[in-house]
Amino acid sequence: MTPDSIDFQIMWNRLIAVVEEQATTLIRTAFSTSVREAGDLSAGLFDRQGRMMAQAVTGTPGHVNAMAESVGHFIAGIGAQNIHEGDVYLTNDPWMGTGHLHDITVVTPVFRRGLLIGFFAATAHVVDIGGRGFGPDGREVYEEGLLIPISKFAERGVVNDMLIRIVRANVRTPDQTVGDLYSLAACNAAGDRRLQAMLDEFGIDDLDALSEFILTASRRATEAAIAAVPPGHYRNTMTVDGFEAPVEMVVTLQAEGSRIVADFTGTSGMSSFGVNVPEVYTRAYACYALKCAIAPEVPNNAGSLAPFVISAPEGSILAARRPAPVSVRHVLGHLVPDVVLGALHRSMPGTVPAEGASALWNIQISARPLDPHSGLPPAEILMFNSGGTGARPRLDGLSATAFPSGVSTMSVEATEHVGPIIVWRKDLRPNSGGAGTLRGGLGQVIEIGAREGYALWFNAMFDRVDHPARGREGGQPGAPGRVELADGTPLRSKGRQAIPAGQRLRLSLPGGGGYGAPSGRDPKALAADLEAGLIDAVSAARDYGQVPNKG
Amino acid sequence: MALPPNRVGVDIGGTFTDVALDTGRGLVTGKVLTDYAQPERAILSAILSATRQAGIEPGDITQVIHGTTLVTNALIERRGARMAFITTEGFRDVIEMRSENRFEQYDLNLTLPLPLVPRKDRFTLSERIGPKGEVLLALDMAEARAMAAKIAAEGYEAVAIGLLHAYANDAHERMMAEALAEVAPGLSVSISSVISPQLRELPRFNTVIANAYVQPQVSAYLGRLVDKLRGAGIGAPVFLMHSGGGLISVETAAEQPVRLLESGPAGGAIFAAGYARAHGIDRVLSFDMGGTTAKICLVEQATPKTANSFEIARTYRFKKGSGMIVSTPVVEMVEIGAGGGSIASVDRMGRIQVGPRSAGSEPGPACYQRGGSEPTVTDANLILGRLDPEAFAGGAIPLSAELAEGAMAGVAGQQGLDVQAAAFGVTEMVDENMANAARVHAVENGRDIEAFTMVAFGGGAPLHACRLCEKLGLRALLIPPGAGVGSAIGFLRAPVSFEATRGLFQPLDGFDADLVNATLAAMEAEARAFVEVGAAGAETVTRLTAFMRYRGQGWEIPVPLAQDRFSASDVPGLITAFETAYRTLFGRIIEGLVPEITNWSLTVATRAPDPAPVERRLGGSPAARGRIRRFFDAALRQEVEAVEIARADMIAGAWVDGPAIITEDETSTIVTSAFRAVGQADGCLLLIRKEDIA
Repeated sequence: MTPDSIDFQIMWNRLIAVVEEQATTLIRTAFSTSVREAGDLSAGLFDRQGRMMAQAVTGTPGHVNAMAESVGHFIAGIGAQNIHEGDVYLTNDPWMGTGHLHDITVVTPVFRRGLLIGFFAATAHVVDIGGRGFGPDGREVYEEGLLIPISKFAERGVVNDMLIRIVRANVRTPDQTVGDLYSLAACNAAGDRRLQAMLDEFGIDDLDALSEFILTASRRATEAAIAAVPPGHYRNTMTVDGFEAPVEMVVTLQAEGSRIVADFTGTSGMSSFGVNVPEVYTRAYACYALKCAIAPEVPNNAGSLAPFVISAPEGSILAARRPAPVSVRHVLGHLVPDVVLGALHRSMPGTVPAEGASALWNIQISARPLDPHSGLPPAEILMFNSGGTGARPRLDGLSATAFPSGVSTMSVEATEHVGPIIVWRKDLRPNSGGAGTLRGGLGQVIEIGAREGYALWFNAMFDRVDHPARGREGGQPGAPGRVELADGTPLRSKGRQAIPAGQRLRLSLPGGGGYGAPSGRDPKALAADLEAGLIDAVSAARDYGQVPNKG
Repeated sequence: MALPPNRVGVDIGGTFTDVALDTGRGLVTGKVLTDYAQPERAILSAILSATRQAGIEPGDITQVIHGTTLVTNALIERRGARMAFITTEGFRDVIEMRSENRFEQYDLNLTLPLPLVPRKDRFTLSERIGPKGEVLLALDMAEARAMAAKIAAEGYEAVAIGLLHAYANDAHERMMAEALAEVAPGLSVSISSVISPQLRELPRFNTVIANAYVQPQVSAYLGRLVDKLRGAGIGAPVFLMHSGGGLISVETAAEQPVRLLESGPAGGAIFAAGYARAHGIDRVLSFDMGGTTAKICLVEQATPKTANSFEIARTYRFKKGSGMIVSTPVVEMVEIGAGGGSIASVDRMGRIQVGPRSAGSEPGPACYQRGGSEPTVTDANLILGRLDPEAFAGGAIPLSAELAEGAMAGVAGQQGLDVQAAAFGVTEMVDENMANAARVHAVENGRDIEAFTMVAFGGGAPLHACRLCEKLGLRALLIPPGAGVGSAIGFLRAPVSFEATRGLFQPLDGFDADLVNATLAAMEAEARAFVEVGAAGAETVTRLTAFMRYRGQGWEIPVPLAQDRFSASDVPGLITAFETAYRTLFGRIIEGLVPEITNWSLTVATRAPDPAPVERRLGGSPAARGRIRRFFDAALRQEVEAVEIARADMIAGAWVDGPAIITEDETSTIVTSAFRAVGQADGCLLLIRKEDIA
């Protein structure tokens, strides 16, 4: 039986289910908070040339084409002649995988009737990878943990015991980290089984024709969508807080009919801290932004990604040069879509949102007993929290919602079981949405204190404190973020700080920018915001010039 | 416990109200159109018509068992009470902030579902309970009274109270409820420590709010229903089917209506489970396909799989995350937008897509000749010869092949295929979607789908079941009789049961057996009291499930436990039970990590009588053959000649080898070339792979 177009469509559909299954397995078995809550993982199938055919939709756009590029590195690194049935490969090289050491990518070759026909790949953020731990403090990548170059985790079915022992000896959580390596390998194996069953069903022995079908259809659909972008150069700049100094992000988009070239020339140089972004991660977020605005419904694969050509000059903060520290590359990475969408706005007005809070406000808290002899255990607590998104051309922004990340927050009740903290407040932050015809999403306010007998430290890595999210088309900026004690004592937005005993930390997360002049806002919408307390009368008078009658 | 005769089950669905009356000598079933204004009228007329048919008097009825979509619909359509929500200061926006994520990663114009209670109607108290139930900030009764006065003055119809960590200590919630009772004694008040005492504020708050939101109207409706029944001489006790797959008294249902969510589908799963038990099948994949959606449920050892939370009222193409998560016991089901009315289109990549948009019953598929113009799955089935245009719905709805082909021409043109090939693409894609959903659901539960036998019901299922089995690698499937009213029949087979839940955090390296036992005793007393209302003195079984995880993980897995009281020496047994469950799900365990328990669930249920076992027949004599038709066999990719058989002729032992079409008024069963169909003693059709017949 020769497969026809319907068969190829069915198989494409099946492959998407196969990679979703791969991802689901990983989510349910992983230990790291960011895998399970943030969906910080990816899973995909590649053809034998290393071209990505299907990828699971997960919570992290940061993996969109970072992973797509990685299998090519593996083929080159292992060497075609050394690829055997039963092999499993891995790396966590930030420049080969997804941008920092905590992400481990595992690649498994797929064989059928003795011939290599493709690869499964999966990436997960592990609990610990040694070094200083997850944070911006390292000055070189060497301090940030163990770097495993592209290696064989298993050869012809035999696991590399030496590699396992090296990993175990270098991380704080050997059981979980090594457990996750096995998880990654197992989810690839599950994908392999399902793929082989599909090939049996359709009576074919390789992926070549199917890959061509998928990549061609995806590429054409993407190119057709790009054709709607008026050709031309569109430049945008955006200043964000950065770590030790403000960072200027600069992008030039060149729409060329069937492709879009994005170039980050002009962007600030590297930081001395781990906020630097490897270029692969910049490409992922830039590409994600362009796909959202231009071709959101085309599935991710080598065909749909190819028309987006993205580069940043090596040595800039968005294309960090080895051995720069890159541990928390997500903070600036999450801001990349805002600068890209701003450039796109110049060519496609009325399509993209205003700027938002964008970078997550992750709170990493260390709780230590006040009395070291009390016998109380220390604890580490990680919380994910989001500010507001930018207003859209026809819709208000989303309040306390992650974008571009797909992170979920955790239950406060569950968090209070994890460590000795009390979250006294976690609710919307009134008056923080940028004023506009369409209002920016609101940020949120969080207050945290220690339980009796404990002192708290937290590691601040918060952006949009000095440089709020800007509005578009006359929309006002969202409220900047604020870091302080509950009594109003200001704290720094970067770096490790103590929360004095008896005091509470208060974080006010940034709001999203508004869209269109505030005077254009529907009086009913403004009245509804007033009634709900999303804005108070003073702010309404200041931002919108008048206080409408209730109702 | 032997069941009394003359029990009647009634299921209100979107279009029809179904009835099933078990006289002890046989089953009478029927359908009437649902009465939206007064559902109880349709119920009564359906029951009375069944009693006439069965030749009994209304007064002979011994039990009325009812399931309804009323609660689900009220939540989807936002037709509930004007209500207030009272919560802990600092947490006013929990239900609005949800999980802070987006359920659709690439949609810049995403809209999130609005909370059931608008912000202006959410109030806060300065109070705080800690994770162990300790009071961190005491609630001042004066503040509670002031709040109650404010609520009363505003004229709300219902109030929900949800305070932080109230599952661990309900004192503040009860104080607030008392304050409300003082000033507004008749007001409907729901408190989270009663409705859903489980860890995690978002699902618990959603659940108590959903309960309060529907409570006044459900209570009024059930009152009218009981009056109506009494007025017609039916004095029998009334039970409601709950989402967990058992029955509760009408009084409990009126207080905790959130437990009625998904009661109809739960009845369907019980229906499938009954056949699993009668036929001695350990692992069943229940497959229910109607006009708009298909539902899939795993049934093992004749027990449908249950969960302690689920998502209701999805707003966005059945997408996970687009609805509202509630924590109440439920038969776990996967619902996908695949039914006879699902509309086919071609996307930008040139791929055929089916659903989740549906033509519904109005205008319905193009071939219904009621003004529908878009191609649907039913149109495709007609084009492929799987439906008889003259005999659809017993001839009540004449189908137009011409209109079906006209509607399919668009898809065919975009695909560069003829109409038949395009129709094949449409049915193949919808079958693929259902197969993928079933496969992923099995994987998520650590099960191998190929070990399951399908039980198929609902109007659309018999058309698609065989192909689905081919795609999933299943060897056999069962199509029970009366499949069109499966849920109503399922109600008759459900036990009286109540599932009590509690959040009680217990690391196994600090297991407090006394505290656990005290909690379990309270849970058992609670559950038993509800069961006693409905089935005083009946023999019962108790089942305990702990929701467990390794420390550091964020998701729990359900772990069934063999005992329901513990001593410190039982900890190794708890670890073993957890490891067994973990290994089943994930294939391995992790050494060196401590398991912990977050939530507990204790069920007390009456023992349902065993159905008469049915001995499997693989053959006997060939069934009486009707005319020859032609249909398109998907696995063979070609049209085949098929013999038509009347379902009534598929008596025990009557068999036919595929390709064949077995017709009845409500639906047709497609027997593909790979299968043989055999009539069974209880009226089921067994479809089994030809090569498995020795």
